[in-house]
Amino acid sequence: MNSEEIKKDFPIFKNRDITYLDSGATAQRPQCVIDAIDKFYENKNANPHRGAYELSIEATEAYENTRDKVAKFINAAHKEEVIFTKNASEALNLIAYSYGLDNLNEGDKVVISIMEHHSNLVPWQFVTKKTGSKLEYMYINENYELSEEEIKSKITENTKIVGITHVSNVLGTINNIKEIIKYAHKMGAVVIADVSQSIPHMKIDVQDLDCDFLAFSGHKMLAPLGIGVLYGKKKILNNMNPFLMGGDMIEYVYEDKTTFAPLPNKFEAGTQNVEGAVGLGAAIDYIEKIGYDTIENIEKDILSYAKSELSKLDFVETYYTPNKENHSSVISFNIKGIHPHDLATILDSEKVAIRAGDHCAQPLIRYLNLPATCRASFYMYNTKEDVDKLINALKKAYNMFAKFIK
Amino acid sequence: MENLDEVYNELIMEHSMNSYNKHKLDHADRCEKGHNPSCGDEIELELKLNGNIIEDIAFTGSGCAISQSSTSIMADVLRGKTIAEAKEITKTFIEMIKREITDEKELEKLEEAIAFKNVANMPARVKCALLAWHTLEKMI
Ligand SMILES: Cc1ncc(COP(=O)(O)O)c(C=O)c1O
Ligand SMILES: [Zn+2]
Repeated sequence: MNSEEIKKDFPIFKNRDITYLDSGATAQRPQCVIDAIDKFYENKNANPHRGAYELSIEATEAYENTRDKVAKFINAAHKEEVIFTKNASEALNLIAYSYGLDNLNEGDKVVISIMEHHSNLVPWQFVTKKTGSKLEYMYINENYELSEEEIKSKITENTKIVGITHVSNVLGTINNIKEIIKYAHKMGAVVIADVSQSIPHMKIDVQDLDCDFLAFSGHKMLAPLGIGVLYGKKKILNNMNPFLMGGDMIEYVYEDKTTFAPLPNKFEAGTQNVEGAVGLGAAIDYIEKIGYDTIENIEKDILSYAKSELSKLDFVETYYTPNKENHSSVISFNIKGIHPHDLATILDSEKVAIRAGDHCAQPLIRYLNLPATCRASFYMYNTKEDVDKLINALKKAYNMFAKFIK
Repeated sequence: MENLDEVYNELIMEHSMNSYNKHKLDHADRCEKGHNPSCGDEIELELKLNGNIIEDIAFTGSGCAISQSSTSIMADVLRGKTIAEAKEITKTFIEMIKREITDEKELEKLEEAIAFKNVANMPARVKCALLAWHTLEKMI
């Protein structure tokens, strides 16, 4: 399979004339995912877990099948280690509230990287302030990477929690999370891996990584909006208090006390997003059908083509690591003298969709000393033609502005 | 978007890149900051008043072409106006961007600021055009 063939599976590219380079924000959906959701509503819709009748049982099965699928997909040891959430943000907040608040004390440290998305940063500001613990950052070097010295100087004996993104949504840097996890464990910390930007592109194996928690959103990996996954080691999840409370997450409720359901239901209060889960299941099937090897090959090609074409434009400034093997699917750039938002507007007029702004990573953008960046992000359906359109649109933008740049 | 050149026109580009209104005032009477987190636009407006007349306006800051030129052109338009006139012009500008103007004639009082009319068709950029004017609203 090549990206031209894959593109045909995505109806939006038939319906809209668009060069879509914003998959880092959300991916497009293949027909099979859209169909799976339709079929669920046409044949199986009922409230899961709540009916003694066949239809409800089938809805429950559809939901739980995806849990099995996700568990296999990320190689979890137990299916109940997979908790469905709304998105990565909710998964990360769940960890911060249900684990962080109860396990941090004065003098403890939470260590995260300066590359974190706000969703793996703001909750830790809140929780460290609440508990009197300290939030520390691991900073990047001139290659936009975390050096081993930096990691080892920040993760120390009093570090209780480490939060780290696998791939930076701004820089595309792939962090060596396996090594970070190993070192953090040696120091006695638990580690949260945010794989939102990596799982669409590369195989994730939670047992191989040995992460304690892991979070991602379905919508960046071809699944519908509104479904995400929290993975946690069973032993840790069992000892945590619930995050949201209400229906379905209980065992017995008395007027004055409640016992909670076992995993995974303990963390899934209320009627769940079965449509989302079903769509996520179909997305996993699709990714496995294409195969991560193929996806990686396509993306490697497209990324190196994009980098080489961008490097020919002397008015473009890019921000990514020179170490090819540590770079995934995202290129941030600026044109000197043109604000990223103006550039995005001009590219939009050429039907090229990129993102401009702080990418929900303001501390990183500030650390880079930039006002904002433009970001092109790629996925399995992006072709060289997409890159060519980006390059032409950039030339047009530059020409529009060049005569005024003094 | 069809008419990009009508938004990024000579006047707007000149004001955004090479504005003579971009500096500090020596003895400002009022000063107010405005920012646009979504875009990263930041401005600091300064006013010098003489009774109820806006004797001078200047600004410093950074951001997209639309936010910066809108601030600069606003300074040109409002310099020498009374506070009451400035309030009226500001109201009209905001209504123009929000597409609430029915009588095109009203736009005449905007003078050069009418150059932003097409921003009304760009929902993603409305905030940029309005930043300076909303900031001014807090000052007068
Ligand atoms: C690295 C990373 N973490 C977390 C998130 C948050 O994902 P969501 O907005 O779906 O919760 C994103 C998405 O932008 C991301 O790129
Ligand atoms: Zn702006």
